Amino acid sequence: MISAQVRRRLRRKTVSPLGRALQHGDILFKGALILASLSLLGLMVGVGVMLWLRSAPMRTSAGLAFITATVWNPVGEKFGAAPFIIGTLTTSLLALIIAFPLGLFIAIFLAELCPPGLRSIVGFLVELLAAIPSVVYGLWGIFVFIPSFVIPIGEALMKSLGDPQRFPYLPIFQGPFFGASKLAAGLILAVMILPTIAAISRDVLLAVPRSQREAALALGSTQWETIWQVVLPYGLSGILGAVILGLGRALGETMAVTMVIGNVAQLSASLLSPGYTMASVIANEWGESRTPLYNAALIEIGLLLFFMSLLLNILARSLVWSVARKTPEQRA
Amino acid sequence: MTESAIVIPMRPHVTSVADVRAVVRATAEGDLETKMKLEKVSVFYKDFVAVKDVELAFYANKITAIIGPSGCGKSTLLRALNRMNDLIPGARIKGRVLLDGEDIYAPHVDVVEVRRRVGMVFQRPNPFPKSIYDNVAYGPRLYGHLKRTELDAIVEHSLRRAALWDEVKDKLGQSGMALSGGQQQRLCIARAIAVEPEVILMDEPCSALDPVATLKIEELMRQLAKEYTIIIVTHNMQQAARVSDYTAFLMTDEYGAGTLVEYGETKQVFTNPKDRRTEDYITGRFG
Amino acid sequence: MSEFNGGKELSVLPRAGKLRLKRSAIRERFRRVNNAFMLGLTGLTTVVGIVPLVWILLSVFAHGAEVISIRFLTDTFKPTSLGGGGILHALVGTGILIALASLFSVPLGVLAALYVARNPNTSLGLAVRFGTGVLSGLPSVVVGLFIYTLWVSGHGYSALAGGMALAILMLPVIVRTTEEMLRLVPKSLREASLALGAPEWKTALKVWLPAAMTGVITGLMLAVARVAGETAPLLFTALGSNNLSTALDKPIASLPLTLFKYAVDPSKLRNAQAWAIALIIVMLVLLLNVSARLIATWRSKMY
Repeated sequence: MISAQVRRRLRRKTVSPLGRALQHGDILFKGALILASLSLLGLMVGVGVMLWLRSAPMRTSAGLAFITATVWNPVGEKFGAAPFIIGTLTTSLLALIIAFPLGLFIAIFLAELCPPGLRSIVGFLVELLAAIPSVVYGLWGIFVFIPSFVIPIGEALMKSLGDPQRFPYLPIFQGPFFGASKLAAGLILAVMILPTIAAISRDVLLAVPRSQREAALALGSTQWETIWQVVLPYGLSGILGAVILGLGRALGETMAVTMVIGNVAQLSASLLSPGYTMASVIANEWGESRTPLYNAALIEIGLLLFFMSLLLNILARSLVWSVARKTPEQRA
Repeated sequence: MTESAIVIPMRPHVTSVADVRAVVRATAEGDLETKMKLEKVSVFYKDFVAVKDVELAFYANKITAIIGPSGCGKSTLLRALNRMNDLIPGARIKGRVLLDGEDIYAPHVDVVEVRRRVGMVFQRPNPFPKSIYDNVAYGPRLYGHLKRTELDAIVEHSLRRAALWDEVKDKLGQSGMALSGGQQQRLCIARAIAVEPEVILMDEPCSALDPVATLKIEELMRQLAKEYTIIIVTHNMQQAARVSDYTAFLMTDEYGAGTLVEYGETKQVFTNPKDRRTEDYITGRFG
Repeated sequence: MSEFNGGKELSVLPRAGKLRLKRSAIRERFRRVNNAFMLGLTGLTTVVGIVPLVWILLSVFAHGAEVISIRFLTDTFKPTSLGGGGILHALVGTGILIALASLFSVPLGVLAALYVARNPNTSLGLAVRFGTGVLSGLPSVVVGLFIYTLWVSGHGYSALAGGMALAILMLPVIVRTTEEMLRLVPKSLREASLALGAPEWKTALKVWLPAAMTGVITGLMLAVARVAGETAPLLFTALGSNNLSTALDKPIASLPLTLFKYAVDPSKLRNAQAWAIALIIVMLVLLLNVSARLIATWRSKMY
């Protein structure tokens, strides 16, 4: 026998306005979650859309030739993005050439050799490198790194490999050299992307199944042979992904690069001469752009940067995930 | 445990004249050659005693099975034979593990060479994500300086001895991981053989395979015993009875450490066990 | 484990049998020496990799300590002719920008994370995970340009715009950390609450989220550390200023922008001040990172 009081309470739970509101509350709640998720996606798309729209004046006036035009003359309203694209690629590639072997070896140390207690501390230190803001790297670059490291190395390179008498066909180390240069930018970028490559490669190597290492060791391999011939090949696609992610980071670096590269929009084959990258020209010349076309040109460079980093990002992620998903096929 | 002369059992698997001659020769020489020996071996993981005071001898060209309920330290014991336990941080060993009379845990022993001489096949087949050819050639290539023809010969020889050659000779370039489970395990055996070991350890090699593949591998083991010393860990008693010449039965004591309960010729252990616990295990009263 | 000693006691060459493997003692020796060498090289490389970190930290601390003082932190901008002043305007500006950015990014990020944690395998859930990854890879310049085109061109440079740009940079960190923490909370906890009759939203807000709260906070800390030093996006949004201001609809100063301006200034005084600002930023970033790490390890021990 249910008492009247309880019956009333039960009724309230199901048909009272409060009850209905509670049910609607859940609908609101779920709606809010979906809205938030859609907004996030919308942002991603929105960035590309807005940049596309606002770069219209430049795109319609020059079309695809913008990418290959080499003259950047704001005063004469002539805009070509080639010097920046080449500058970006040069400095990023230089950074990769240095950071990849270093990062790989650090990853090998962390994943295979480091005693477990030390692993988190050392890993943390490497990741701290990534936490230092770009502008601080730039400051250190101007006043410490260039004078005490880049200039000695650059001058040594200039005097040896850059001597036009001895190596007339090797222009990449020829002078004049005053410190601010693509070399400086490449070296600083190398330090900045090193933690990315090292940390992700380490995770990739740690994901390689133990059974692979055991198989190699049980055959009488040394530890290095195991790493080099079994573990690394197994994780190769993931490591490639790490490299591409590092490249993506290097492409977008703005402040450190603009503070050490010299910001001169000329094409030069020498690493020792000043240069310009896509990110740094946007940052550097934004304040000075007065005309709509100038603005649109800079925005279009931003659009190009957006596409490049988007592409690299997607490519890298799928490569990194492919190692974790790789399982030995076992059919009956 | 016992080194005294053990009468060679007349194995029901003796079928060819060569086999008979081999058995007669061994009997005439009066003793079995001890390939590996455990002298009061205990294995510790940090403070936990996994295996305690085991004394065991493994005879050359014989198949010795190590059986026991799960968790009794069989695999730990096996891995002590090729120093794979070294890979586990905190693992220690007491006692001596002798290979041809030399302690493999002596301070200046070269682990890499130990592992070449004492090969291992694992519970789950673990071929490299390389071609069949490269899987087998991996070991020999470490030693370098082999011409292509010599390498080809080694690969073919190993695959034949692993009873896999006929099935894969036309697709050596295919990935080793594309084979079936039983084939993968035979590939792993071929890979292990290619570095010319003297002992082959097998850690439950058939537990991940179907019955047909299992039988193929058991047949293979008997062939392999002619050239190598085989030591196999198995939780399948019937398999041990079918395949092995000698059987060691391990069990955990009251502290959780694995100890040797009984060791002898397989026929004797299974039909006339000396220890009550062995009898209980074999008749299925536990484990 | 004595791996690298040339096997003196254990014979290197096998005993008998037809040998196919052609082994040479020289090659064997090489294998082991090469092993020791390469492994040592990886250790050396790691040390070399840490050197820049130490170098930068030492430079920042050494140069920055020379200028840091209470006056420096409490005075606002003054021209060099009057002594250079301090950075109060930048401190206040950064504080306001981070507060705005957190206000924009935390609710949005937490809600999105809740969605992904509840429905990880729906197409929207997968898309959000993908989207956060993409957003985190966007160059910050591009984000700044985006907010410019979206807002600044219509409403002018302002602290609000700066907050929006920084919020976009904070979002991926918040979503990822919050989602991970939400997933760590045992499902039984949520199910218990639901079984008692609590509606979904109450369960989420009163049971699920609080259980993951330390994770959300560490996520916020890491996100702030990420944007505390960001300069590029502010160039197109907050613009920077020499005035001490709290107005949200006008340009506003910030630590990284001021650092940049002073670093490239020809005056040595400004350069020295730039180092001091770098010191403050680096300490803030270090503090946030280390604390977040410590909290995470402390928390993981509890679970």
